[in-house]
Parts: sequence; C-alpha cells; structure tokens
Amino acid sequence: MKEIVVISGKGGTGKTSLTASFAELAGENVVVADCDVDAADMHLLLKPDFAKSEDFYSGYTAKIIQDECIQCGKCAEVCRFNAIPVVREKYVVDPIACEGCGYCARVCPTDAIEMNDAYSGKLYVSETKAGSPMVHARLGIGADNSGKLVTKVKTEAKEIAVKKNKDFIIVDGSPGIGCPVVSSLSGADFVVLVTEPSVSGFHDLKRVYELLKTFRLKAGCIINKSDLNFEITNEIKTFLEEENIIHLADLPYDESFTKAMTNGKTIVEFDNGELKEKIENIWKDISNN
Amino acid sequence: MKIAIASGKGGTGKTTLSSNLAKFLAEEIPVVLIDLDVEEPNSGLFISGELKESQDKFKMIPEWVEDKCDACGICQSVCNYNAILQLGDLITVFPELCHSCYACSELCPTNALPMFPKKMGELRHYQSKNLDFIESKLEIREEQAVPLIHQTKSYVKENIPENVIQIYDSPPGTSCPVIEASKDADFIILVTEPTPFGFHDLKLAIDTMEELDKEFGVVINRDGIGNDDVEKFCDREGIEILAKIPNSRRIAELYSQGKLLYDSIPEVREQLEKIRDYIFELELKMVK
Repeated sequence: MKEIVVISGKGGTGKTSLTASFAELAGENVVVADCDVDAADMHLLLKPDFAKSEDFYSGYTAKIIQDECIQCGKCAEVCRFNAIPVVREKYVVDPIACEGCGYCARVCPTDAIEMNDAYSGKLYVSETKAGSPMVHARLGIGADNSGKLVTKVKTEAKEIAVKKNKDFIIVDGSPGIGCPVVSSLSGADFVVLVTEPSVSGFHDLKRVYELLKTFRLKAGCIINKSDLNFEITNEIKTFLEEENIIHLADLPYDESFTKAMTNGKTIVEFDNGELKEKIENIWKDISNN
Repeated sequence: MKIAIASGKGGTGKTTLSSNLAKFLAEEIPVVLIDLDVEEPNSGLFISGELKESQDKFKMIPEWVEDKCDACGICQSVCNYNAILQLGDLITVFPELCHSCYACSELCPTNALPMFPKKMGELRHYQSKNLDFIESKLEIREEQAVPLIHQTKSYVKENIPENVIQIYDSPPGTSCPVIEASKDADFIILVTEPTPFGFHDLKLAIDTMEELDKEFGVVINRDGIGNDDVEKFCDREGIEILAKIPNSRRIAELYSQGKLLYDSIPEVREQLEKIRDYIFELELKMVK
C-alpha cells in the first residue's frame, strides 16, 4: 500500500482539482482522504454518498458550574488564554478562547469547573461515484484541533485500505505549514507538491519544502499555470533540480479547471484532450514512483 | 478601524486585495497592513518599504531541571496536550505540542519546570510614506500559528496609533488561526471566487463569522468564471457584495510578478474605490 499526499503551501494552485483527478484515475483501487478539513472541497467533485457519519471530539472545553462558584477568580488568574472574562459579575468561560488546558479546573478550590469533551467536527466514511471509499470531515465552527481531525481522517483511511486491500491512499492536504499540514504528512510514502509560477507560489513552495525536508520524504512537483510566468517557472525548475525533487509536469493556465469544477466533475472526466493526457501521465509517474 | 480580509478557501485573492487596498487607501490616509497569514505570509512580496523594526518572537516552554525534580509525576498528569512524558525519573518535554498554559510549571511542587522562551517566529515592520507594513513569519516545524498572530497584534497595539486604519491579511480556512486573526476586527471582508469551491468555502466562512458575531461583506474575485451561485446566494441572504474584481489573465500575470494591479488596470481601481467608499461610510457610522 502506498500513501500519496498532495500539498501546496499556497492555496488556489489547483491542488484539489488534481488530487480528485488522481482519485478518479485510480478507480476503485484507492481510498481517498480529504485532509483539508478546514475547507474540504473534494466531495464537490467526487460526489461521495455520506453513507456513515460520526461526531468527533478532541480536547476539552472548561465550563464553570455557577452554583458551586464562589467568585474567587483563581481560574481567571491562571488562564493564559484570557478565556475566563467576568460577564455580569460572574466568571464565565469563553468557549472559543478556551484551549482546554484544564489549569483552571485544577486550581478551583470548590471544584466548580468541569472539563467537557470539545466537539471538533463530523467524520464521514463514504463511497465516491467511482466506487472508491472516501474519508472526509467537516470541522465544527470555531473548532480547535483541526490537526487531530486530520489524523483521525488518515487513520480511518488507512484502516479501510488495509481491510479492503487497496493499493493507494490519496490524501488532499491543507494549505500552510502548521499543525494540519504536519498531521497530513505523517506516514506519507510520496508527496506531490502543486505550485504555480508566481512570487507567492514559489515563496510558499520553498517554505513547505523546508518542512518536508525535516520529514525526509520523497517528493515530486507539478508546476500548474506554468505559462503564466516563464521566468519564475524556470526558477522553480532550477530549485527542483537543486533539491532533488522530481519535476512531474508543467500544466498550462487553463480554465478547464474551473469549468470542470462548475460541472461537478474532475478534469479527467471533463477534458478529453491534451490536459487529460498530461494528468494521466502524471498519475502513472506517481503511482509507479 | 480594523478590517480583516479573510476567506474559507485559500488562493481566492486575500493577499491581492489586502495589498492593493492598503496601498490604494494610503494614497489618501495613513494605513497599516498586517500580514497575519503567518504560515505563508505573502503580502510582503507586493509591498516595499524601509525596515523599521525586526524582532524575534518567542513562546514560553517548560524546561526540565533534573536536579530539582523528584519524579512525582504531577507535570505529566496535568498536561492535557501530552507534551510531557515521564519515563522512570526522566522527563521529556515536546515543545511543538505545548500550548504554554503554564500548568506543569506552576503546579510542580519543586519548581523543576521553569518556563523559558523558545523562538517561534519573526516580526518585521516596514514603513513607507503613508503605509506601515507589519508581517510575522512562523518558524518551520512550529505548528501553532495562534500565539504568533496574538503577539503580532500586541505589537500593532503598542506601535500604531488607534485611529489608523488597520487591514489584516488573514490566514485561510475556518479554524483557530483565522478566528484569532479576525476576532477583534470591526468588519470582515470575505474574498471568494464564483466557483463551486469558492461558494462552498464562503458559506463555511460566513458560518464562522456569524459565530463570532461579526459584520461582513463579500468581494468576488475572478468575476466572470464559474457561475452566478455566489451572487444569487448573497442577494437572497441580504449579504452586501462590496466589489467584483474581473477575471483576467493579465491580472494573473501581474500578480505572478509581485506587482500591484490598480495602476495598470482601471477596472481594479474602480472596484477599490467602491470598497474605500464603503469603509469610509462604516467609519462614519462607527463614530456616531
């Protein structure tokens, strides 16, 4: 079994459209995991059936039981997150600011603070229209711990892949370099970097690659919209060579990405020409690498 | 007045709008642009200025003092983040898991876990005529953006007069970093694109802003691609569409070169004027 994680550093480079295309090309021999739980979009293309759902709790939120509270204020004093303001002369917990450390509950002299499980979001196990299993999630509004939800999505995907004997897990990662990305990367066998030749795209690629290096993961890169700025495309190519990153392909600036999406389709279902062929070749490279 | 520019989906044009709007407003009034997308800050690629201040930013992490420790195990048991591991007499701290809550440090009966600063990122402050630009960059392998966003805002509070318009270039998504970035804003501009992804993530962003009880308006970027679902939705829900920035390859090219748009593309200037007028009206309302 091989786990392929697609990330980009910068958003809007075409990462999800490409990941969904790879999932489509892998047919039934794949488990798809959407780890961009903050703004999960892959279901709009792969049309999973949302067959099974479960609530996911991670971490804690403090709650003050007002009847037991003697208003001593020790909780607010120790809270480093300014999560216990005084509202109408009572200490109350601001659930969005609370990070669930539990320090307040430990110092409360009357045990008036309870630590409740924090709702993190919903986890779905589905079947896509191509017949492959898909694990995805929806982060709760204002929820913390998206990294933990990402880990849950990945663990679930892996279990299904083992049980159903699938050769591939394809993971759509999240933008940035923080905890959800770190969680997406753990356990990867191959990382696909999707970038674009803009000053921002290149800047973000370099940063996310710095992160990758600390994991010592094998990586390949797709330069999307490569004809937008040939100068930067060449700079990226030099960078890839220097860093020993496989240059998987250049893809043109092509509105088929948007048109396919607007039709609720992956690019390889929507386009029948050169673009489709290129993406098929990339998938061949990735799956054999 | 504080305006956060945010979006659920990444790559919809937050940085484009933030940098162009800040520079455009600065033609008339003093403005400060703050890049709070500390994981991947990009505004600095579009804004130049003279470096005024550069600071390392730290978060506080417990450090084990072996001599003082009697291996009672309290630190491990009070840490809700599994950032402290005790094996026999040996204590290990995992800094990347630590939220700096101080519980282990202050509840340790022998003071064996004093807190020490650990570098988590860098803040830079640039200045040009009417425009201050402040950005922070998270260290690689540092996973938590929230503390750095928080400290960046503290810096702004201490160094920028209250009456200057503040524009936040916020991180993407809907979770803790964007909440930290937008929670003290007076108004949120949600940037989206008229595609199914843009629309879906706009709805998530709206849910988040409603949860935070924020006033917001929408800017449609790459107007003309995709479909009109976003517009229909905003009309139906009574959400103000502040501006529409046209889809054009020329804009994408200028952006790719790190150039601002409104000087060479009149349509963009027109749209920025609309947003400026809206902001000035909001300010008037706030004064009243």
